[in-house]
Amino acid sequence: METISLDINTKIEELYDSGKEAFSSSSALINKSREEAFCIFKKSGIPTKADERYRNINLESIFRHNYNTYIKKRAIDFKIDDVFKCDVPDLETHTILLVNGWYHNADEQLTILPGGAVIGSFLEASKKYPEIFEKHYGKIAKPEEDGLIALNTSFVQDGIFFYVPDNVILEKPVQIINILISDEDVQTMPRNLFVVGKNAQAKIVVCDHTLSAQYFLTNAVSEIFADRDSLLEIYRVQNEHNGSTQISSVFIKQLENSNVLTNTLTLHGGSIRNNINVELAGRNAENQTIGLYLCDKGQYVDNYTFIDHAVPDCYSNELFKGVLDDFASGAFSGRILVRPDAQNTRAYQSNNNILLTDDAKMNTKPQLEIYADDVKCSHGATVGQLDQNALFYLQSRGIPKKEALMMLMYGFTNEILSKITVEPLKERISGMVERRLRGELSRCNSCVMTCTDKSHSC
Amino acid sequence: MLHIKNLKASIDGKQILKGLNLDVKPGEVHAIMGPNGSGKSTLAAVLAGRDIFEVTEGEVTYMGKNLLELSAEERAKEGIFLGFQYPIEIPGVSMVNFMKTAVNEKLKYKGEKPLSAAEFLKLMREKKALVEIDSNLTNRSVNEGFSGGEKKKNEIFQMAMLEPKLAVLDETDSGLDIDALRIVANGVNKLKTPENATIVITHYQRLLDYIVPDVVHVLYQGRIVKTAGKELALELEEKGYDWIKKELEE
Ligand SMILES: Nc1ncnc2c1ncn2[C@@H]1O[C@H](COP(=O)(O)OP(=O)(O)O)[C@@H](O)[C@H]1O
Ligand SMILES: [Mg+2]
Repeated sequence: METISLDINTKIEELYDSGKEAFSSSSALINKSREEAFCIFKKSGIPTKADERYRNINLESIFRHNYNTYIKKRAIDFKIDDVFKCDVPDLETHTILLVNGWYHNADEQLTILPGGAVIGSFLEASKKYPEIFEKHYGKIAKPEEDGLIALNTSFVQDGIFFYVPDNVILEKPVQIINILISDEDVQTMPRNLFVVGKNAQAKIVVCDHTLSAQYFLTNAVSEIFADRDSLLEIYRVQNEHNGSTQISSVFIKQLENSNVLTNTLTLHGGSIRNNINVELAGRNAENQTIGLYLCDKGQYVDNYTFIDHAVPDCYSNELFKGVLDDFASGAFSGRILVRPDAQNTRAYQSNNNILLTDDAKMNTKPQLEIYADDVKCSHGATVGQLDQNALFYLQSRGIPKKEALMMLMYGFTNEILSKITVEPLKERISGMVERRLRGELSRCNSCVMTCTDKSHSC
Repeated sequence: MLHIKNLKASIDGKQILKGLNLDVKPGEVHAIMGPNGSGKSTLAAVLAGRDIFEVTEGEVTYMGKNLLELSAEERAKEGIFLGFQYPIEIPGVSMVNFMKTAVNEKLKYKGEKPLSAAEFLKLMREKKALVEIDSNLTNRSVNEGFSGGEKKKNEIFQMAMLEPKLAVLDETDSGLDIDALRIVANGVNKLKTPENATIVITHYQRLLDYIVPDVVHVLYQGRIVKTAGKELALELEEKGYDWIKKELEE
């Protein structure tokens, strides 16, 4: 084992050396933290199973695969309209595209939205807005805490930058489409920075797609800063093919009275690891971390959450639900830390799973560390089958078994879907979930806010 | 309409129904009474097609068909309705979607076209009024958070929506206050026609003041041990079941 991981890490060191020239296009700040992060990575390497947080996933075997890395942006002739060609009357969004981890827009690298909000290329923004990067970049996701963050920070080039100035309310959701497309196996390490100012509001939808059949590995890191009194909702729809591996680490820092919701919906993908880390750093901050995963065949979905109640009077609510079919497997770990000062904390967590076969497996583990005494905390995990009494109840009203099973599964997921606040978005995602449960959703033909019936080959 | 001969059924190898006979004709109301654990709910579940119970012997003919060969959903579409003693809560499945699916499946089975949204809503409104069910209940998930009484009313509401030929109501009266009992009984009476039949399972005679049975049976230890007119219910109310047990021992 040890020699194998040495091999992988040596390979990464070589790759790093070969990237020096390409890295020079990044800002001084990015490159300074790049060097620091790489020093850390050389010591830590890719996390092994000895790391409690990664005990359910074999990262070494994932990284062992021979992927290409696009250290330089590679021209891909690709237009969003070629793939998603239809108008959506009921849900207008600002839509932007990331292709193989690079911001993709022929016309402009940064787009100014109403109220002076900005969305666009991370690379470009790091040069144009050094003061924002100075303040937030590398401050929320810390390389010393996780080898994968160190790795991402070492190879950072592009990704998404999103900034909402103080007091600006974005009416339209922003949609980010991550696309992987290549004629060879590729690994990408996109980096995102979202900053939502004081009293500002935004909603983001992120869709992940693979548009070619190659193997892909993503090691993405997102840093999200929610200033006081801000409101942010992030809906993530993961819909990659089963030959892809996605490791996504999201770090959220919330100041007082901020309210952040993340809803991670995993529909397709080979192996998926979501790290969702929330630091409640200001009083009365509220966080909802929810998610739904529907897996079949040999899919693996692993959600790891860490909610850090660092100050008093905060609220967090976590709810993850999963349906696992065939020989799919999944893991959920929910760590909640209530620090000694964090009195009047309310922290809730639950993870409910339905296994449709005897071969499907789920590993679920809460981890509560409570050091304050005035705390309301609860957690619960269930792994079970569909309720046979409920099934019979539906059948006894003349509903065929297949349809009754569908209704029960859909009903099970409904608790998550009902928490989507944008009505047309809720309808669209609900439609996708229903088609997924019926086995009618292909991995790549639908994006939440583009038309759902157009398909293309991949 | 329904003809049960020497029905034996068991669960996990334990025999519950031990040779049960029953005949029900169109237009009739039968009451089945009996102490707890006699097998009343088991009989209802077997008729509705619950497959955890294994029928080991006997025949059940319904409208000339071998009922035991039909799946639960086919039985429902053939007009059998079970009012559950303990209605099931189904979070996330809305009453509206549930009923729309059930009604349209039945229409499809009969070769008719599904109801339009407007037709369906009209039907819902009518039937809700019939059982005086709170309008909000149909906007909620099936039975979720319903009170005991609401759950029972909801069973009758579903019965009204599906217009069964043979309804088996399993302790639909238990846990109801007198107003709710009256509403439920009224609902059942209004749905009565000369073509359909009702089997009312209860262990109180109270319900039978409102739903007047043609025949009363006593089910005890997996068999129907006594059958008589509606006066039997009163007698049971007065004397309890012990005299029947004694009679049987003799
Ligand atoms: N699901 C079950 N599993 C095991 N035993 C059962 C089950 N359902 C009923 N029984 C048993 O069958 C017998 C009859 O029960 P039931 O039909 O519910 O009686 P009743 O409705 O007359 O009170 C009881 O002894 C009960 O314990
Ligand atoms: Mg019973």
